[in-house]
Amino acid sequence: MSGAARGTPRTRWHALPLPDLPTLAPALALVLLMAVGAAVNPRFLGMDNLLNMVTRSSFISVIGIGATFVIAAGGLDLSVGSMAAFIGGVMILLMNALAGPDFGWGAPSALLAGCGAALLTGVLCGAANGLIVTLGRIEAFIVTLGTMGIFRALITYLAEGGSINVGNVGVTDLLRPVYFGTLLGVPVPVVVFLLVGAASWVVLNRTPFGRHVVAIGANEDVARYSGIGLTRVRTITYVIQGLCVGIATILYVPRLSSATPSTGLLWELQAITAVVIGGTPMRGGTGRVWGTIVGSIILVVIGNIMILSDLVSEYLLGAVQGAIIIIAMLVQRSLARRS
Amino acid sequence: MARPELPRIVNERNGGRETIVQTRPLLQAESLGKSFGPVAVLADISLTLAAGEVHAVIGENGAGKSTLMKLFSGHEQPSAGRMLLDGKAVHFATPNDAERHGIALIHQEQLLAAQLTVAENIFLGRELRRGPLLDRARMRRIATERLAELNCHVDPDATVSDLRLADRQMVQIARALLVQRRVVIFDEPTAVLTPVEVATLFAVIARLKAAGTGILYISHRLGEVKAVADRVTVLRDSRLVTSTEAASLTQLDMARLMVGRDMSALFPPKPPAPDGAPLLSVQHASVPGSVTEASFSLRRGEILGFAGLIGAGRTELFEGLLGLRPARVAAMQLDGHPQRFHGVHDATNAGVAYLTEDRKSKGLLLGQPLAPNLTLMALWRFCRGPFIDRGREEAALDRAIVEFDVRVPNRGMLAGQLSGGNQQKLLLAKIMTVEPRILIIDEPTRGIDIGTKGQIYRFITALAAAGLGCVVVSSEMQELIGLCHRILVMRAGRIVAELRGEDMTENEIVIHATGAAGAPERAEETAA
Repeated sequence: MSGAARGTPRTRWHALPLPDLPTLAPALALVLLMAVGAAVNPRFLGMDNLLNMVTRSSFISVIGIGATFVIAAGGLDLSVGSMAAFIGGVMILLMNALAGPDFGWGAPSALLAGCGAALLTGVLCGAANGLIVTLGRIEAFIVTLGTMGIFRALITYLAEGGSINVGNVGVTDLLRPVYFGTLLGVPVPVVVFLLVGAASWVVLNRTPFGRHVVAIGANEDVARYSGIGLTRVRTITYVIQGLCVGIATILYVPRLSSATPSTGLLWELQAITAVVIGGTPMRGGTGRVWGTIVGSIILVVIGNIMILSDLVSEYLLGAVQGAIIIIAMLVQRSLARRS
Repeated sequence: MARPELPRIVNERNGGRETIVQTRPLLQAESLGKSFGPVAVLADISLTLAAGEVHAVIGENGAGKSTLMKLFSGHEQPSAGRMLLDGKAVHFATPNDAERHGIALIHQEQLLAAQLTVAENIFLGRELRRGPLLDRARMRRIATERLAELNCHVDPDATVSDLRLADRQMVQIARALLVQRRVVIFDEPTAVLTPVEVATLFAVIARLKAAGTGILYISHRLGEVKAVADRVTVLRDSRLVTSTEAASLTQLDMARLMVGRDMSALFPPKPPAPDGAPLLSVQHASVPGSVTEASFSLRRGEILGFAGLIGAGRTELFEGLLGLRPARVAAMQLDGHPQRFHGVHDATNAGVAYLTEDRKSKGLLLGQPLAPNLTLMALWRFCRGPFIDRGREEAALDRAIVEFDVRVPNRGMLAGQLSGGNQQKLLLAKIMTVEPRILIIDEPTRGIDIGTKGQIYRFITALAAAGLGCVVVSSEMQELIGLCHRILVMRAGRIVAELRGEDMTENEIVIHATGAAGAPERAEETAA
């Protein structure tokens, strides 16, 4: 080692390494799946179908981006699906009340208030998860398993076992474009998840906060001995997760104009699967925002192929997704071993 | 400097001519080599270990010692050459293979299951049974006996994570010696041991020798090598420099062969002892279970040493002062102003930096590149607006590489791929990014080679000369004596002595550290 070069001339392009295998793997998998899809059904590669698939991946993308922060810091949030249903219920109930006879607000202000409430509820739910994990010093797995049950019970209670529907025609009309509309030909949900993705990438990769998230996930002791506030950073990752669930819910509500006790079922499975497919290791220390987005698109593509091909019953979608997260884990491990 | 009498069985006087009685080669390496891709980490190594011989392998960090031991113990496979056991070629595909041939490696890093008990660890994988059930009573009894032979009196039911490092090391040794071995490899066994424990270890080695076991002994401490080894093999830059009788080499010879150049004075001249108002003053600091009522002060430009056995409470005192563990501090003044730290962040803001003794698990993110490690403590200094400026980070890495002489073969490498000495220099550079007024260094040179040690001593001296207050916590007494203006000795959580000038001797330190009236038998320390 003593003969090694020191003070090597700085190579700036070195700071931007070529995509490594864990970065490329999800993209390659997506290309492969596209080829399979095209072989199964020629309609698969149609512009309509492609846009439709990307649009439908938006909820899981946005939630998965939040999960990327939590997991990169070495945490876990199982409550996101229930949280989405609960937030949906709160949002719709508030809009119905404000646009109803008691308050008599106009549809636009009721809608804005509903969106604000969705984001706020998400932030509060996330903060609750984060503070219980950090201040209570309880395993994230246990805490979010508990809140998963709590949020699910709350939406069931609010809906009295049935469904909560958007009751105001004006609001429904205003809501529709949030999911079905386009901006310069790009579906609004896609615009949203691209914006969320870009902002999250910058935060995770270019700010001290993001660096601290990764450091905590890589080695909590090193982070503590380096003066990083573990409680603050950890809690904020759960708040970001909650905020992302709020955004995803705002995208989702116009699709069906209702929230039910089965809304967002298994979204935690899909979001965590998307994160793992995207190359973020479950033990933390690395976060790959774009990988997560590709991962959630992969999930939708697989579902779409199943529907178009009739090879596997679409009722088995959950089983396939469950199998994917296990396979993705195995692939990730063997890639990590090689590098 | 008394040391344990080792039975001589290798050499016997015979009519005035020294003949070697036991020449029976036990383990041999013939032109062994190991490459990772194009990088040769070991080339053309030939050496012979005889039965009943202690064969020391020394060399600077990165010289290839650990790799060689991994080949002997089946953790890695050679890419060239071969190994012979009893004259027959052997190939070890796994560590289990090597164990079946009677070769045991006692790792430098402590590989124990921290949540299991002492007895469970010692018998892990070779549990004793009675019928289908574990024979726990017998395992506990044997574990207690074996540990007693090592002068280690821990409860066999104690959880390993609750043990002191030195006791864990003894548990690891007991585990390796549970069954009869033909070859035992010790990789830096004394790094966490006190002189008394080192003497115990040497007695164990003497017993193994007498039983005809071949021993490979890796250490940075040349005094120990001189005391314990029959043969010495020196590695430098992946190659074998010499393999010869230990008696024919002085410590200075060994150091010279390892480094490949003459050792200039290891310790730079001390800057003049400062006087003036204290920079840091601590009154009655206590850490529950570790430190009782410690008071001391530190001046600007002073190097203050903390000596003591492992477990004396030195690390705990400073972690307590920084708020890394619960502590009661009656009063602490920095530059005359009252201060209280609730974590490293507070300390950093006040200009106090602490370099941990445990660089691998508390100091560096081993899986991350160099620049993020360097800048982690002071990221705001490398930002433009709210965003991290990669250019500034890279420039800081350039400066650190030059200033602290970090040897970096490739800028894209991960911190964990650096050698121990270079990791320590990177860690020092990282701590210095916060531009502290007070630097507390815990075990500045643990597990690093002599060349790098000298560099670190020069860094510390230069920082003190520049007006920093430096605290050095160390288990290497030579280091404290050579470096410090003043040494405080801790025993069982209390500061029991303050040594200055002529009083700073190993003997004085040991007397106060052990509480003994006279110094016990102990090994010589690192060559200077």
